[in-house]
Amino acid sequence: MPQLPGLVKGLGVTFRTMLKPAVTVQYPHVKEEPTPRARGVIALKEENCTACMLCARECPDWCIYIEGHKYLAPPRREGGKPRQKNALDRFDIDFALCMYCGICVEVCPFEALFWSPEFEYGEHRIADLLHDKDRLNEWMATVPDFEPYEAGSEMKPKKVPR
Amino acid sequence: MVSLIDAVELAYWQQTGIKVAVILMVIPAGAIILGYVFLMKMMSHMQSRLGPMEAGPHGVLQLVADGVKFLQKEDIFPEKADRMVFALAPLVVLISTFLLFVVVPVGPDLIVEDLDTGIFFALAVSSISVIGVLMAGWASANKYALLGGLRAGGQLIAYELPLLLAVVGVVIQAGTLSMQGIVVAQADGAIFGFDFIGNPFILTQALGFFIFLAAVQAELTQPPFDMPVAESEIVGGYQVEYTGFRFLLFFMGEFGTAFAFAGIASVLFLGGWWVPGFDPDDNILNWLGPAVMFGKVMFVAFLIFWVRFTYPRFREDQLQAFAWKVLIPLSLINIAATAVLKVVF
Amino acid sequence: MTTTDPVTAAQRAYVASQAADARVNVELETGGMTLNMGPQHPATHGTLRIVVRLDGEQVVEAEPIAGYMHRGYEKLCEVRTYPQVTTLVNRIDWLGSFANEVPFILAAERLMEVEAPPRAQWIRTILFEMSRIANISLFLGDMGAQLGAITPVFFAFRDRERVLNLIESATGGRFHPNYDRIGGLKDDLPAGWVESCHEVMDRMRDFCDQIETLLMGNEIFAARCRGVGVIPADVALSYGLSGANLRASGVDWDLRRDVPVGLPFDQLDWKVWTHPDGDSFARFWVRLQEVRESTKMVDQLLDGLPSGPIMAKVPRIIKVPAGEAYVATENPLGAMGYYVVSKGDLVPFRVKIRTPSFNNISIVSWVMKGVYVPDVITILASLYFILGDIDR
Repeated sequence: MPQLPGLVKGLGVTFRTMLKPAVTVQYPHVKEEPTPRARGVIALKEENCTACMLCARECPDWCIYIEGHKYLAPPRREGGKPRQKNALDRFDIDFALCMYCGICVEVCPFEALFWSPEFEYGEHRIADLLHDKDRLNEWMATVPDFEPYEAGSEMKPKKVPR
Repeated sequence: MVSLIDAVELAYWQQTGIKVAVILMVIPAGAIILGYVFLMKMMSHMQSRLGPMEAGPHGVLQLVADGVKFLQKEDIFPEKADRMVFALAPLVVLISTFLLFVVVPVGPDLIVEDLDTGIFFALAVSSISVIGVLMAGWASANKYALLGGLRAGGQLIAYELPLLLAVVGVVIQAGTLSMQGIVVAQADGAIFGFDFIGNPFILTQALGFFIFLAAVQAELTQPPFDMPVAESEIVGGYQVEYTGFRFLLFFMGEFGTAFAFAGIASVLFLGGWWVPGFDPDDNILNWLGPAVMFGKVMFVAFLIFWVRFTYPRFREDQLQAFAWKVLIPLSLINIAATAVLKVVF
Repeated sequence: MTTTDPVTAAQRAYVASQAADARVNVELETGGMTLNMGPQHPATHGTLRIVVRLDGEQVVEAEPIAGYMHRGYEKLCEVRTYPQVTTLVNRIDWLGSFANEVPFILAAERLMEVEAPPRAQWIRTILFEMSRIANISLFLGDMGAQLGAITPVFFAFRDRERVLNLIESATGGRFHPNYDRIGGLKDDLPAGWVESCHEVMDRMRDFCDQIETLLMGNEIFAARCRGVGVIPADVALSYGLSGANLRASGVDWDLRRDVPVGLPFDQLDWKVWTHPDGDSFARFWVRLQEVRESTKMVDQLLDGLPSGPIMAKVPRIIKVPAGEAYVATENPLGAMGYYVVSKGDLVPFRVKIRTPSFNNISIVSWVMKGVYVPDVITILASLYFILGDIDR
């Protein structure tokens, strides 16, 4: 087979590519599923949060705003001391500032923050990108279960509290 | 067209008006069709993507939408630009495109003016666009435009010669400069006595066809010869300061000229409006001819754009070396061989 | 200001003299044209400014001016904790982001005297090589685009997408993984990742073959690149070039093989590609072979992946003991190094980031004497820099 000069072979590559189907995914008519671990939006499980402020402190952009107050809960047994507990007043994440780094989700000691692959929450006004406590709670419904790990791993997948 | 209009007995100025109107409709129509089919859809599929899909079914109205968008843009003149020259430059390029369509036949009677020096006229008027490009490059008051304009001047003049010489071989074989005469010569000719498909000159003038297409690619400043408009270096070259309606004129000029040259190439090498099985004088070809020409134009345009999307561009000195040291000697050899063989056979 | 503090006055005079030198002296040009390939230009991969003085189409003098994208990384690092710095340095070389984290984490691990378990080191190397593949495959398509071939870029993006999807399925982020931690990695690989990775590597090898046919075998490409921008080996070394630019000039130097930092490169069967010519074609050729080599290395790493823990024992709050460490690795763009000085705090005291692109473009004024304007683009494309890498 004589060597075709490179110019002709290049034409062959483009011709063959033309005959194959295109790879475009026509968003928004067709949507691709992001992977379960994709960092789309942060979800808050309010019951687990104790307003310890670790996430707000570690955030590189300081985009988490937390306000809480302490209250006295009734004692566990009769005649005991009332317990001091934290209650969450305000938990806002400003997604206009958020870098999607995941440090807040990682440092939370009480499993209150989770990643969800949802990404379609664009707004017309930047101020609307501040998600308050209720909205962050709503995102919990979209958090997928943790996937099983690859063979050879010693870790066990954790459970998402529902 | 000449005989059709004679039958209706119109005055000369009315005939000319109709012819001008027809050409003025063909230029944007041709530009849009070529632009959509090749620039938008063929290029996209060669790049593994879909191209425009939203404007109209499968994006057919995308260029219409683009046209409307260009028309409603602000008319900007650079501060130091020479206003009259700046405004006239795209019009000069378009005049060259317009005049090219005068001699392209689409049927035995369907030609705007059947000049006896048809192909010679076409090659002569195609050189007018060089002036337009140089005007654009100089009047833009922009160093990038100046670089592009000067590169274009050198390139377009250099590639006029292979364009001309490639055609000479065809003319020798046909024996006439008239475009209708060349089509008839291919229709009436025979290959070693076998005359079913006539004698399309692409078979005997294959080298001429290749040189003609390469020269056309350079005249249209398309890759691999697009130094004047090298988008990743001088960002548009001589077109860089043109926006809105004036850029639309350049765009139509480029694709309209591509349409015209593809038409000329089909006439010269592929047999024009004639299909095997018909007599060249047959009136049915006045209806079939345009469709046949359209098909052949699409084929030639496919070759031109296929090369455009695949190759990187030549550097200016390599481009000139290719013209002067490769294409012109080859075309001279082609002419010599054609002349000798014409006499021998 | 009414202060007559001599120190401030001296500082201001110094700054003023530096600024005067930095301005390009256009008043004194007596001939030729000064063309400003300004911060906004399709060929400069971002906001790099090159002022060239032309004589017709030949370049008489070229001067690169960087700094349009300076984000103050080294200053930022002085006020961010170690996990926060890991997040930030993803954004230096944003096309091969995981590779930016690796030398920093290795330097911090050296200061803390902790070693990541083998599984973590191997997965680190897999992602390191995958970031190289993602980065350089974009270069292969992009060099075609600079030269006028508009088709290979789309092939590059199409096939690179698979690598990015893989990185996303493991780390959560396509472009900014933020996956490396002091002592190991954040999380283990999801099930099925190894097999999809093998498929993607096969696909990348097909892509390399396509690029070889479409671009490298093209005679026009060869005519544009061969003999253009020749950098001899001694000049390359004196300017501090690194990575593929150096190997294309014939210098056999690769940090993965020559300076072991704990990543398992010595347990793989691979070779370092060099080319004797030193021109733009050589740089393209070396990078193409490197991508192929990386895909083979990733296949070997996946086959030999050890099992075990993914994170060593490190305290929850990371306080790195006092000391200094410099770790450099062979990043996709060249040799990237982090010099970390710690005083025992939560934040580093000083981080000096040695980026490859800064040195790679310093050679621009030397190599561009006497070339044509189109060759300027060819040389810039073949030197391959990323603005975030130059300016930090």
